[in-house]
Amino acid sequence: MAEKAISPVMKQKKHVPWLYLLPALIVMSIFIVYPMINTIRLSFLNEDSTASAATDCREGQPCWGAFENYRYALTAEIDGSSFKAGWESFWLSSYGNMIKWILVMVTGTVVIGLLFAVLADRVKYEALSKAIIFMPMAISFVGAGVIWKFMYNFGTSETQIGLINAIITAFGGKPVSFLSTIPVNTFMLIIVGIWMWTGFCMTILSSALKSIPEELLEAARIDGANEFKIFFSIMVPIISPTIIVVLTTMVINVLKLFDIVYVMTGGNFGTDVIATRMYTEMYKNFQTGRGTAIAVVLVLAIIPFIYMNISRFIKQEAER
Amino acid sequence: MNKDAFNNVLKKIPLHLVIILIIIIWLIPTLGLFITSFRPVSDINTSGWWTILSHETTGDSRFTLSNYIDALVGYRGTNTYLEDCAAGTQSLDLKCNVSDILNPRGMGRAFVNSLIVTIPATIIPILFAAFAGYAFSWMHFKGRYILFAILVGLQVVPLQMTLVPILRVYKTLGLNGTFLGVWLFHTGFGMPYAIYLMRNFLGGLPKDLFESAYLDGASHWTAFTKLVIPLATPAIASLAIFQFLWVWNDLLVSLVFLGGTTPVMTYQISNMVTSLGAGWHLLTAAAFLSMLLPMIIFFALQRYFVRGMLAGAVKG
Repeated sequence: MAEKAISPVMKQKKHVPWLYLLPALIVMSIFIVYPMINTIRLSFLNEDSTASAATDCREGQPCWGAFENYRYALTAEIDGSSFKAGWESFWLSSYGNMIKWILVMVTGTVVIGLLFAVLADRVKYEALSKAIIFMPMAISFVGAGVIWKFMYNFGTSETQIGLINAIITAFGGKPVSFLSTIPVNTFMLIIVGIWMWTGFCMTILSSALKSIPEELLEAARIDGANEFKIFFSIMVPIISPTIIVVLTTMVINVLKLFDIVYVMTGGNFGTDVIATRMYTEMYKNFQTGRGTAIAVVLVLAIIPFIYMNISRFIKQEAER
Repeated sequence: MNKDAFNNVLKKIPLHLVIILIIIIWLIPTLGLFITSFRPVSDINTSGWWTILSHETTGDSRFTLSNYIDALVGYRGTNTYLEDCAAGTQSLDLKCNVSDILNPRGMGRAFVNSLIVTIPATIIPILFAAFAGYAFSWMHFKGRYILFAILVGLQVVPLQMTLVPILRVYKTLGLNGTFLGVWLFHTGFGMPYAIYLMRNFLGGLPKDLFESAYLDGASHWTAFTKLVIPLATPAIASLAIFQFLWVWNDLLVSLVFLGGTTPVMTYQISNMVTSLGAGWHLLTAAAFLSMLLPMIIFFALQRYFVRGMLAGAVKG
């Protein structure tokens, strides 16, 4: 874009571009830039932002001074009494859960999305089948939460009205209370996330696959390569830049995830993620300092992926 | 059918099976919700929805619309709204006439609130983004590139980070619980993605078009209103669908800024989920009501939706 020449006839008075930019710049500074800076400031203050966070320190307790809220944000969920207790509590903390979410959900959506994009490309009802996978993207997390709560429903009576438990009991198994049983509940929530976001990955990967020249695949087939070989040694390497974009975007989406957990378990039974924990501190416990510190931790976790996305963007712009 | 063609069909059977299996898995959850929302309460709680055709019904009929009526008017009793009204035993907040559709506890009112929130929160950011996108694509000014990169970078700031300070500002300005507050918030937050998409699209319009317009003496304003807006309609459509669905489906922003005073649909449902008093018959009907509009938009305008998604794969 920097190099793209705009012809001299389009020159205008110096202030004119800024008039066009002004509405956007004003709302963005008020609603994104200012709150971002202010959130960082609040994270160093106490619960009602009247004094430094250091005043929350108690005698005989660990204290990080002005970083006291960060101590809370990072360590409060961890049971430090022994290594084993610490390890176990970590995997039920919002951070441990976030790692589970990222590993399972990102892999799940990308793998199923890629698989489905490759397979659906070979059948006549491609458009319809893709629309069905994609449909959950259009509905709200709240709606999806209700749909899946019903799927996972656990009844104390003999007949199970939740489909999953009905299948389990039909095969002679014992019904499970999926949403309150640790550690299976987090994975049940992740399934909902996969159901919702696979369509996103599939659509982007599918359009990348379609841009691979058909002659290339034909040539490989004539040379005797089987479909698996074509997939792994031709398709995947060619679309790998797109796969990376989808991966980073999905990681960012997962890190910010709030609604599914809030609607389905409210973060109880060891299912907290960073965003629901922040919400609890802020609006249930009214601990502004701690809540904002958790928000800052979230941003710090996202920054590497922001960097990857922006450097991709700059590269793209250079190629325009 | 000759032998080769037959073999080809045979070879494709596993492929079809895998695809159809995945489709079925993807459809079943929504199907279950849909069927359940039409069943009488007593049936829902005694038999699975997949037995709807084989199971003996406990009521008069296997299908009923009363779940939808109850959800719309916000009925929370043990019978149905129609039965209670016929018997005159309805609760105090119900009048048993058409005004019940706007009962603050019901989905009917929430639907109206959702529309009031969503429509301006879709139009304003698109308008602002069109201006900015035009400046970024067709105007000379210093720092154009760096400013654009910063704005696009802001796309990844999480919503959660901005809630508290804005809430405080709103408190002093008295904007808490107002539609204006929510519109402005969604406008600010939708901006980075909207600008990104608009600039990508407007920047791709042919340069000659603008050159000849300027040579004919057109000002930037004329070019913007007479050339850009009509030509950008596909981009505006993609953006509009995205922003509409984003705002319509949002829970966090309406939870924080509107809360229970003017409940939108997502808020109403999440409230029904977390508080007691709403059974599956109400929840399923309410959830389906909230999904209706997004589903219609999605299936009618899928082409624009996909295009918008491909153009900017990162949405805050």
